[in-house]
Amino acid sequence: MARINLDVNGKVHTIDADPDMPLLYALRNDIGLNNPHFGCGLAQCGACTVHLNGQPIRSCVTPVSAIGSGKVVTLAGLGTPEKPHPIQKAYVEEQVPQCGYCINGWIMTAAALLNEKKKPTEDEIKNALTGLKCRCGTHVNILRAVKRAAEMMG
Amino acid sequence: MTKMENNISRRALLKGAGALVVSIGAPIGLDTVLGIGEAFAQASGTKPPLTPDQLSTFIAVNADGSVSAFFGKMDMGQGLFTAIGQMVAEELDVPFKAVKVLMGDTATSVNQGGASGSTGIQLGGKQMRVAAAEARRVLVDMAAEKLGLPADQLTVTDGVAHAKSDAAKKVSYAELIGGRYFNVSLEWNKEMGNTLYAPGKAKPKDPKDYKIVGKPLPREDIAPLVYCQQDFCTDVKRPGMLHARMIRPPVAGAVPVKVDEDSIKSIPGAKAVHIKDLLAVVAEKEWNAVKAARALKVTWSESKPNFPGNDKLFEHIRKAPIVKREFQRENGNFEDGIKQAVRIIEGEYQFPTQSHSSTGPACAVADVRDGEATIYTSTQKPYDSAYCVAELIGLPKEKVRAVWMFGTGSYGRNDQGDATGDAAVLSKHLGRPVRVQYMRHEGIAWDPKGTASVNRSRAGLDASGKVIAYENISKAFSRLDSNTRETRAADVLAGQLLGLPLNRAESFEIPVASYTFDHGRLGWETIPPLLERASPLRSTHLRDPYGPPILFGSESFIDEMAAATNTDPVDFRLRYLTNPRDRDAVRIAAESYGWQKRPSPRNDQKDSDVAIGRGIAFRRHFTTFIGLVAEVKVHKKTGKIDLVRYVCAHDVGMIVNPETLKHVIDRQLVYGTSRAMLEEVRFDANMVTSVDWESYPVLHTPDLPEKIEIVLIERPEQAPSGAAEMALGLVPAAIGNAVFDATGVRLRRVPFTPERVKAALGQA
Repeated sequence: MARINLDVNGKVHTIDADPDMPLLYALRNDIGLNNPHFGCGLAQCGACTVHLNGQPIRSCVTPVSAIGSGKVVTLAGLGTPEKPHPIQKAYVEEQVPQCGYCINGWIMTAAALLNEKKKPTEDEIKNALTGLKCRCGTHVNILRAVKRAAEMMG
Repeated sequence: MTKMENNISRRALLKGAGALVVSIGAPIGLDTVLGIGEAFAQASGTKPPLTPDQLSTFIAVNADGSVSAFFGKMDMGQGLFTAIGQMVAEELDVPFKAVKVLMGDTATSVNQGGASGSTGIQLGGKQMRVAAAEARRVLVDMAAEKLGLPADQLTVTDGVAHAKSDAAKKVSYAELIGGRYFNVSLEWNKEMGNTLYAPGKAKPKDPKDYKIVGKPLPREDIAPLVYCQQDFCTDVKRPGMLHARMIRPPVAGAVPVKVDEDSIKSIPGAKAVHIKDLLAVVAEKEWNAVKAARALKVTWSESKPNFPGNDKLFEHIRKAPIVKREFQRENGNFEDGIKQAVRIIEGEYQFPTQSHSSTGPACAVADVRDGEATIYTSTQKPYDSAYCVAELIGLPKEKVRAVWMFGTGSYGRNDQGDATGDAAVLSKHLGRPVRVQYMRHEGIAWDPKGTASVNRSRAGLDASGKVIAYENISKAFSRLDSNTRETRAADVLAGQLLGLPLNRAESFEIPVASYTFDHGRLGWETIPPLLERASPLRSTHLRDPYGPPILFGSESFIDEMAAATNTDPVDFRLRYLTNPRDRDAVRIAAESYGWQKRPSPRNDQKDSDVAIGRGIAFRRHFTTFIGLVAEVKVHKKTGKIDLVRYVCAHDVGMIVNPETLKHVIDRQLVYGTSRAMLEEVRFDANMVTSVDWESYPVLHTPDLPEKIEIVLIERPEQAPSGAAEMALGLVPAAIGNAVFDATGVRLRRVPFTPERVKAALGQA
């Protein structure tokens, strides 16, 4: 066990944890941020995705000890109903989620893509999002939402 | 905020803030001499029983005038919160936003079947519609009494009853009954589940007067998901809760013989729980439970299941003894008909074992103590699951409350019921709340499966080329390794591991006999299960339970007959379809696609590396009628198939919400594409070897269909039918027929992986 500081959504949390424990468990059980979901524990699906210093990472395989002073942002920290991130706004407007279990992966990955690339092509979006799993089959609406968000972001 | 809404007690909802609570003592019958208002309404303290013969079971008007609709089915993400809200608001004449639909809690709603067979609107909605209509009738009667006007001179606008001639003469629903229960009997048909029906005296509205039903209202439950305000079952935390992980054997059928507790003693708080053949680890901290599950040393009994392996599965099915054979439908005399034929065509199609492989593996929380149990579950069958848990842990049924919570998209009976059973058994044993979270391998290797099958067709033609005899037979594992809806203990893994009596039945299914042939028979044959108890290959309902396997065979074979008679595939179908709704689905799909009439295959792309083709498939499912055209591009050198375009003509009768309906359909086509192109549970002689997303590949964004067009056929005069799974069943046949059109090669085995397609092309 070790005392570990985690900067999550702009606030520093101190937790007592096994250094090998994946960040996902710290977020869900120690910090009370339930939005990243457990999907596979193998970095194969994306349901647990958060940003570390603006880059999407799979929190289910990232040990808490590897975060250091890095800034973690979860979907809850990306935006709020009052101040939504464009991709969140587009997600609601396009009525994307079916069950909503997988959305962390798609939204956080798309947000990072849009940060780096202003107007991605359809193929660039598809390639950036490959590997993410959605068993409800909402992919068509996801692509529409990413394009809509890209337009909102100018 | 929708956080934990379904945990708020019904009483709290009804009372609301500052609500008037009228205490009028014992239940009052309608035939008493009391004023009509008091006869219809009861104080929240004397709630009528939660039985289907009570209006209060389905509808309540809260103190603030909002309406709670208590629904005995679930919305697994396909828009039922919205559609049921629309139906209830329509009949009650209240704004759509005034209705809150609460579902899946055995303490607040009755069993309308849970999520089942896409009947949410067709059957569940039908009941909510008549209940809401009856509530409006009663409220208008109460208003008439209050205003001293005849009921037929009143109307209702936005939850306010008023005189038609003078809107100032008014009284609101909230004033009439807000915060109190209806005390009104319904004519219940004494059935529970999907067929439960309990109308009142009111006649529901004529669809031509609809203002809310039929509108493309957006789903209110989307924003809370996107802004992290929606709790899932995985988020439930109870005081003193332990985290559990289940330990599954490396060889199917093996049971734990010896558990080495020392192997996890260095992990804080970790403990093994071994009850008969059920084995788990628990810990105070979740990560420690995960570590303990990895570290625990177990000696397993020797087991030799001798599975055929997925490569030899179809050979196994063909050779296996038949346990039960049934022709579910016969017309004319097939044997006589086939003897008269001058030409016989035969075709065989193979469909693999497939896994629910839900986005998240199952999770459930159980709190069993003091002779009572509360289970938090994402199963589609919470009402039945409560019964299952009662049997598992030896409690009376009424002492188990099941609370359905949002979960990972569930399409059929996935692993959620198993996790619920495990959690209940562990909580009872440990005397503390227990959260069971399955790991990825359990969600693929250990979920109940969609069974593999071989579908054979035989047809006899006369000299004119007319089909005079037709036979379709599936040979398969029974699709009912558990014969109830998680109602019995042995319907879940925990019950099977505790040695409870199995609950199997022999059954498969047949295609709907839409086509009319002079002599026809449709049937199935079941074969023995590969392993009877706690099998990782046990069967259950996977989304559209027998649609894809049967339709892949039957709709591919219809195309084979068309090709054999040099007939256009659309014309061929129309020749044998007589029902106008059947014909429209085929015709409209073809016309919307821009179908050029000609027989398949094209035969003009023999020298090119890339071949384009189109195929059609059709089905009727209850009163849903669907035609699907797929256009594909086949890369002959690699065997890769690109999905260029789907056009789906879809008739569900009355459309409650066209926007959510379109979403439900296009998402099925995407999901169906995954099943047709990629999905196959692999296993060797001992165990399922598909354990993660590498060994059970599913569709990724680059392989999406490029274009999906949905044509909704509107029939407001027809009762609404189901839509949540029927289109996907057509996907394998539509693709297979398109590949045949492009290349002249018929695909006979799902999934259509590049290797398999390449091999099929090579053999041509």
